[in-house]
Amino acid sequence: MQIARVIGDVVVTRKDEQLTGLKLLVVQPLTPDRQPSGRPLVAVDAVGAGVGEEVFFVRGKEASFPFFPAEPPVDAGIVGIVDRWDVEKR
Amino acid sequence: MILAKVAGTVVATRKDERLVSSKLLVVRPVDPSGKAEGNYLVAVDTVDAGVGETVLVVSGSSARMASGMKDTPVDAAIVGIIDAVEVNE
Repeated sequence: MQIARVIGDVVVTRKDEQLTGLKLLVVQPLTPDRQPSGRPLVAVDAVGAGVGEEVFFVRGKEASFPFFPAEPPVDAGIVGIVDRWDVEKR
Repeated sequence: MILAKVAGTVVATRKDERLVSSKLLVVRPVDPSGKAEGNYLVAVDTVDAGVGETVLVVSGSSARMASGMKDTPVDAAIVGIIDAVEVNE
């Protein structure tokens, strides 16, 4: 799993039927000092996250597991909202 | 998933029989502002996308969960046509 900040949302009208009702958010992965790390991507939201929040997300087919037994075609999914996050400085 | 812009089409006559009648498109990843970045890739289209449209591309084994793609040898599928991306950063 990776930590990221939700930076936006995506509106998609024409889509795979199994994506209907799912919320798609743009997330920007973060480094431990909260700087952007790599490209932003689109993740499906399983926990009610919103723009501006720090979250952790899972990549791969596992992103569809929160919606079991449905199997939406998603490869990134937000599975937690971070309340607090500390990294020891080295 | 990634955002990508459809750049072209692919015609392949000789291919895995499970890909027969699948539509293949060449897409290029874009950032949320629409700027192209990175390498082109081939994705199977499940939503009738066309050249020039911005689409949602799912990669890896999840691509097989797209409509009609069960047990097919694909690792990238177009599963949505983007209407709008709103980014506050």
